[in-house]
Amino acid sequence: MHEYPVTVQIVEIASETARQKRGKVRRIDLVVGEDSGFIGESIQMYFDVVAEGTLCEGAKLVIEGVKPQLRCDSCGKLFERKRFSFQCPFCDGDGSPTEIGKEFYVKSVELEVEDEPAADTGPAT
Amino acid sequence: MHMMKADVMVDIHARNNHIAEHVHEHLAEHKIFAVNIMGAPGAGKTTTLENLLKHLDVPGYVIEGDIESDIDTERLRKQNIAATQINTFGACHLDAPLVHNAIHALPFDKPGILFIENVGNLVCPAEFSIGEDIKLLQVSVTDGSDKPYKYPLAFEKADIIVLNKIDLLPYVDFDEEFFMKGIRHLNKTAPVFKVSGKTGEGFAEAAAWLKQRAGF
Repeated sequence: MHEYPVTVQIVEIASETARQKRGKVRRIDLVVGEDSGFIGESIQMYFDVVAEGTLCEGAKLVIEGVKPQLRCDSCGKLFERKRFSFQCPFCDGDGSPTEIGKEFYVKSVELEVEDEPAADTGPAT
Repeated sequence: MHMMKADVMVDIHARNNHIAEHVHEHLAEHKIFAVNIMGAPGAGKTTTLENLLKHLDVPGYVIEGDIESDIDTERLRKQNIAATQINTFGACHLDAPLVHNAIHALPFDKPGILFIENVGNLVCPAEFSIGEDIKLLQVSVTDGSDKPYKYPLAFEKADIIVLNKIDLLPYVDFDEEFFMKGIRHLNKTAPVFKVSGKTGEGFAEAAAWLKQRAGF
């Protein structure tokens, strides 16, 4: 349930790009950080259903995951958090959250585009 | 027919955030300060906003978010608090379009504070902006002291944290030091107010902070 409305947004964003370029979406590259609060597998599950009847129908959804990283308050290095700990593995200092791992965006789409649009379809918008 | 690649780089939350900005502008025009209350079911979100309203001598408005029912809204209306209900019918959080539809049901005839009580859930509400000025995180000692470690985003995003049910401290294994350590790793600035919905203790201090933050 949680991923359904965001999958609708993903299909709308990709379809909008396809409309602008007068094409159909064949592939969507999506970036989902592990701390974004959304699960790639779940988006994948909803995708085919949501895409049906849109410019994304039949497209492949490719999801790139991003592991969250903390930044050490003492040495400034980035590291992955261990369970129940914020400790830096390099200097034993304490780490604070960063934006790495919270990504949630459509990176790019691959489109199938007509070679020469007919003259009477009007100017591209 | 040929294939082409197009860079998009559009945040999935872009549309929600756009509507959230619109909600925020609408509220600001009416001089309404909005507080998004997040917390697990049963942590005491409604009790906290009732107690805060008792100590805030400014007009209060409430939007209640629940999957179903209007139990909390009826409870507030009986106390003559201007309240309206959002039912999400399954969705686990409020988003900006839902709040946008609900704000027009409230009068906002005087400057004041709007409490938007999110769906009881420690996960999803933290991910969606709904046009609020600040996020209030409601936790209770019965939730357990490991919550900052298990649900870091809610603690990271909070502007104020209210720890409820402290009257139960003698009866539960709540490690306050461990709890506070987890919070401070995630969030260096949010004040933590210890309160009891049972005895009323602690709400005056939390309300004073809120009033100052809201600029009343």
